[in-house]
Amino acid sequence: MNEIMQRLDIAREALFELADRWRKRQGQTPIVPQGNVAGTALIIVIAIMTFLACLTLGGVSLVRDSAATWQSQISKEATIQIRPVEGQDMEALLAQASKIAQGFAGVTSTRIIDRAATARLLEPWLGTGLDIDELPVPRLVVVSIDEAAPPDFETLRAELVRSVPGASFDDHRTWVDRLVSMARTTVLIGMSVLVLVIAATVLTVIFATRGAMAGNDHIIEVLHFIGAEAKFVAREFERHFFRTALKGALCGGGAAVLVFLLVSWWSSRNLATPEADQAAALFGNFAIGRDGYFGVAIIILLVSVLTMLTTRLTVITQLKEMDNRGSESI
Amino acid sequence: MIRFENVGLRYGMGPEVLRDVSFHIPARSFQFLTGPSGAGKTSLLRLLFMALKPTRGLINVFGKDIATLDRSELPLLRRRIGVVFQDFRLLDHMTTYENVALPLRVRGKEEAAYRAEVEELLQWVGLGERMGVLPPVLSGGEKQRAAIARALIDQPEILLADEPTGNVDPPLARRLLRLFAELNRSGTAVIIATHDLTLMEQVNARRMILDHGRLDIYE
Repeated sequence: MNEIMQRLDIAREALFELADRWRKRQGQTPIVPQGNVAGTALIIVIAIMTFLACLTLGGVSLVRDSAATWQSQISKEATIQIRPVEGQDMEALLAQASKIAQGFAGVTSTRIIDRAATARLLEPWLGTGLDIDELPVPRLVVVSIDEAAPPDFETLRAELVRSVPGASFDDHRTWVDRLVSMARTTVLIGMSVLVLVIAATVLTVIFATRGAMAGNDHIIEVLHFIGAEAKFVAREFERHFFRTALKGALCGGGAAVLVFLLVSWWSSRNLATPEADQAAALFGNFAIGRDGYFGVAIIILLVSVLTMLTTRLTVITQLKEMDNRGSESI
Repeated sequence: MIRFENVGLRYGMGPEVLRDVSFHIPARSFQFLTGPSGAGKTSLLRLLFMALKPTRGLINVFGKDIATLDRSELPLLRRRIGVVFQDFRLLDHMTTYENVALPLRVRGKEEAAYRAEVEELLQWVGLGERMGVLPPVLSGGEKQRAAIARALIDQPEILLADEPTGNVDPPLARRLLRLFAELNRSGTAVIIATHDLTLMEQVNARRMILDHGRLDIYE
């Protein structure tokens, strides 16, 4: 019996020593306990809100970039159209129009759409095996324009109409104006949605942090009454909640980046399919670009810092309330 | 050390729970604070460790009037007072050792500098083998001793204990009382709030008796 007791004592000693070593290796236990239900809920809420905010930011960034591309692609080209005129050599007229256009400052180059290309353009309507000479088909000259210093479109139009029979000039101005206004509206709507989502994120993060903090009242009280200074208590909680928020924000932001990369990969894999062509026509290559990723990083940081500041404010307010207890009736 | 002059306290619009309380706690003194349940013992203790502000009257702690004291000075004053709460207020996620060392940790001291000191104190209160244990595993008496050790670790000038023997059997209560008496001999002023008459009979100390918010002192 004595032997058993002795062995039990030895085992108990060994267990204590093991626990002590484990504790020493782990370092000091954080003053704010890690991982409770409220903490996990806060991580999930922050992850979801960061994901939504990053997704919205990426969407807005995509629409803004696409809108800029639509404008720029259309405004950097103009078209000269020449209708067939009885007794006139179409090729000569095309060359003449091209030469006139090239003579204008602000025109970087011109390109005559040749017969074969014109036939291909008409193929969807007129079918294959078309002899373009048999039909009075208008021909086109694409004029590339220096966006920074465009030519005087009115003078160019007047000169072409005067010198080249059957010529007309389309500077795409009507299209550009419509696109600019549509793009601006789209970006404005996107920005409004982004502002709303960020505001919702901010409020959700503030309330979720305060909720998670409520479970730690007793710790704040103990620290307060054993003489901890407000900045010490605030620092302990800030550090804990910053890490918690960063974990959630990185999960949410990371998931959003993953979505962007997946969509981008999908669009690049499906190049030349009707669906992808349609999407690419609207949104370019579906990549959110450097600004988009930078925005995601900013949102992750913003959410984490916001959580930290909310924690600080909550702790300081709570300590102030503790110091003023009982004084309200003075 | 601590002086109360005509102190009154009421919670919100309720009746006064303390009325015209005046006393002085000298350095190195030992006193019991007693009275029937609901007499205001805990409220008076809360005023003593500045967890409450009085509705009226003057409280002077270590030469400072707490009514005019800046908030930033309160932690420094509290560090000179050790408090043993009736419900212990140990942090359940920290070991007994870490709970006792907490006051030193919040003062920014390195663990290497206080480890031996904390272990020695835990041995002294009979918790040498329970250092790595979390509070939920401790018995009521062990929790009580851990709370006392935490209050004593930074050698306070005054110790306030609220019903420190309320959760322990009579032998342990006597042992704890000896511990307080020894502490008092080493220079710490002690105030024990209790309604345990047998405990008070064991030490010849000043008695502060609260009844219906009024305080009578028997030297």
